Amino acid sequence: MRQLLLAAASLAALAAPAGAYTVYVSNERGNSITVLDSDTLKVTDTIPVGQRPRGITLSPDGKRLYVLTSDDDHVEVLDTATKTVTGTLPSGPDPELGVLHPSGNPLYVANEDDNLVTAIDVDKGTVISEIPVGVEPEGMGISPDGKVLVNTSETTNMAHFIDTTTHQIFANVLVDQRPRFAQFTNDGKYLYVSAEIGGTVTVIDPTNQEVLKTIGFDIPGVPHEAIQPVGIRVTKDDSKVYVALGPANRVAVIDGKTWEVKDYLLVGQRVWQLAFTPDEKYLFTTNGISNDVSVIDVARDKVIKSIQVGQQPWGVQVSPD
Amino acid sequence: MPEHLTSPARFAAAATLALAATLVALPAAAAEVVAIGVLRVDGDRPLPISRLDLPPADLGFAGATLAVADNNTTGSFMGQEFTLATAAVPPDQAVAALEAMIGKGVHFVVTLADADTTLKLADAAGDRALILNALAPDDRLRGEDCRRNLLHLAPSRAMLTDALAQFLVLKRWDKWFLIEGSHPEDKLLATDYKASARKFGAKVVEERVFEDTGGARRTDSGTVQVQAQMPVFTQSAAEHDVVMAADENQVFAAHLPYHTWEPRPVVGSAGLRPTTWHPAMEAWGSTQLQTRFEKQSTRFMRPEDYNAWMAIRAVGEGATRSRSADFATITGYIEGPDLKLGVFKGDAVSFRDWDGQLRQPILLAADNVVVSVSPQDPFVHQVTPLDTLGTDRPETTCKNHSG
Repeated sequence: MRQLLLAAASLAALAAPAGAYTVYVSNERGNSITVLDSDTLKVTDTIPVGQRPRGITLSPDGKRLYVLTSDDDHVEVLDTATKTVTGTLPSGPDPELGVLHPSGNPLYVANEDDNLVTAIDVDKGTVISEIPVGVEPEGMGISPDGKVLVNTSETTNMAHFIDTTTHQIFANVLVDQRPRFAQFTNDGKYLYVSAEIGGTVTVIDPTNQEVLKTIGFDIPGVPHEAIQPVGIRVTKDDSKVYVALGPANRVAVIDGKTWEVKDYLLVGQRVWQLAFTPDEKYLFTTNGISNDVSVIDVARDKVIKSIQVGQQPWGVQVSPD
Repeated sequence: MPEHLTSPARFAAAATLALAATLVALPAAAAEVVAIGVLRVDGDRPLPISRLDLPPADLGFAGATLAVADNNTTGSFMGQEFTLATAAVPPDQAVAALEAMIGKGVHFVVTLADADTTLKLADAAGDRALILNALAPDDRLRGEDCRRNLLHLAPSRAMLTDALAQFLVLKRWDKWFLIEGSHPEDKLLATDYKASARKFGAKVVEERVFEDTGGARRTDSGTVQVQAQMPVFTQSAAEHDVVMAADENQVFAAHLPYHTWEPRPVVGSAGLRPTTWHPAMEAWGSTQLQTRFEKQSTRFMRPEDYNAWMAIRAVGEGATRSRSADFATITGYIEGPDLKLGVFKGDAVSFRDWDGQLRQPILLAADNVVVSVSPQDPFVHQVTPLDTLGTDRPETTCKNHSG
């Protein structure tokens, strides 16, 4: 009976039209958040926020969007229902990229100017801890169980492994130049770290912090200098890894098992961050120079559309439902 | 006959001995130490035209201090410590100051000195120290006068003139009215501009020399006189797109904009200037470097500070990546093919193995903004676009750097 019900439920899900999700894009130069509908692939709203919004992250229930307004030195909390900024969180100076604990609290923020990672209680609006890390912290990743936080520092060129209980660094792994982003696989077995200037993605075993592989990229007709990996996203089944290659204007598709690059998808100019729709039908990319978002059909690995957003799109998030 | 290295083995042996001597003096539990020196040799330079350009007392040293702090943050995770010794001396005391540094176990010496002094220091150091040139732009230091133990963070004149030439050619502003100063450096710079014109297909349509007749930088009614003189000086030139100034000593170039006979942009030593660094630079994360520097030194970061910062970051990167504090090991790494240093200009930089020059993007800055960054996209190269700037491998006249 239960099996029948489940089957019926999934059939119903299949029959229904693809869910319309809400896509949020931060416009670094436009000081705004562009809102898109994932069904119509059209802009539905533009919300003004503070100065130089870069990293954005959604609460697990999708009700709050945390906007790291770097030049205002705080995090703005945007109510996604009313589409207004309802408050701010203290983040320390120049917050760039943040990651939420899987439970939705705390928010961990990299302070580029102060060599710190700040842990913020999003409900109380207070700073829980400041963790000293390397020079120019940027990338932030958290293990699926929430126990390990990884921060990358761009000038120190390390991935710092932080215990989220003690807020202490317990390991440092040297990666290539200017690490920008850290992403765990969904099974927690691997950590991917992109290096913008090094032009690589390092695969690390988080249990012993051993470097398993360094993935390089080679695109005919594109100078190596232009290949600058930044944002990384992994499909739920960990089978495919997408890497934004910055001024190479491509997103690399990597096999999650062999770590071989399977494809390069041509997107807009200077692609930095990526986000899937929860059903993994689409992957959205932010293209900072061409002021647009490219939409990738994930099943076919084809770019199907580009959508004009605000000035210099930076971060992207998609609502859970 | 300059002293230079004959064998890598000798290099390594000397380095290990010297390093051992440094380590002995330290407490047993201390981190491995990499000692770095910055030697600034202050010759007689005329004062700049604008008081805004007066050199600060800590020129170069401030950039070095920041780099050592950056290195030490990384070092704290690696069990490595970086120390800094600085000295500002007149030219006749340069070698003595170098000897004092080497005597204290410093094997990486960043120099801010003219070409002759830089050479003297490199030859005096021999295999005992690596000299990292953060100031002298002279092509001959990368050519016939290159040295085994001499690396250049400062771009060569040829790199600077190529960087500007690429931009002008891209704009199709290819008719240049070149005005050069009367100092030897100005002649060298003008020669490089003419070579860049040939390289990228532009033309020097008129060439004039502005004689430096001496006198004070500041006079009470100076502006009145400049306004009368400069238009006349630039009158009746062949039809040109830009006025290009070759004036390394800052004698006249700053007076050219708005005072030319024809309404033409000024480029070169005034107006649109090629430079390694500019305090308005914000791209590629450089805001972080700027604000870190300004917090530390309460002034803007200058090219000399930036060059010293890059030099010491290169040493830091060598120590981090090779996981060693050994002189020869670090030197081998930073001169080798694996160095990929991030310097906030978009591309990873490394040293050219044929002449020890750091290949790097060059900023083109005017007033308070960065206008562009060269190399420009249409100029391609079989190895790296960065090697479209300056002397490439097939053209080098350097025989002493490698091997």
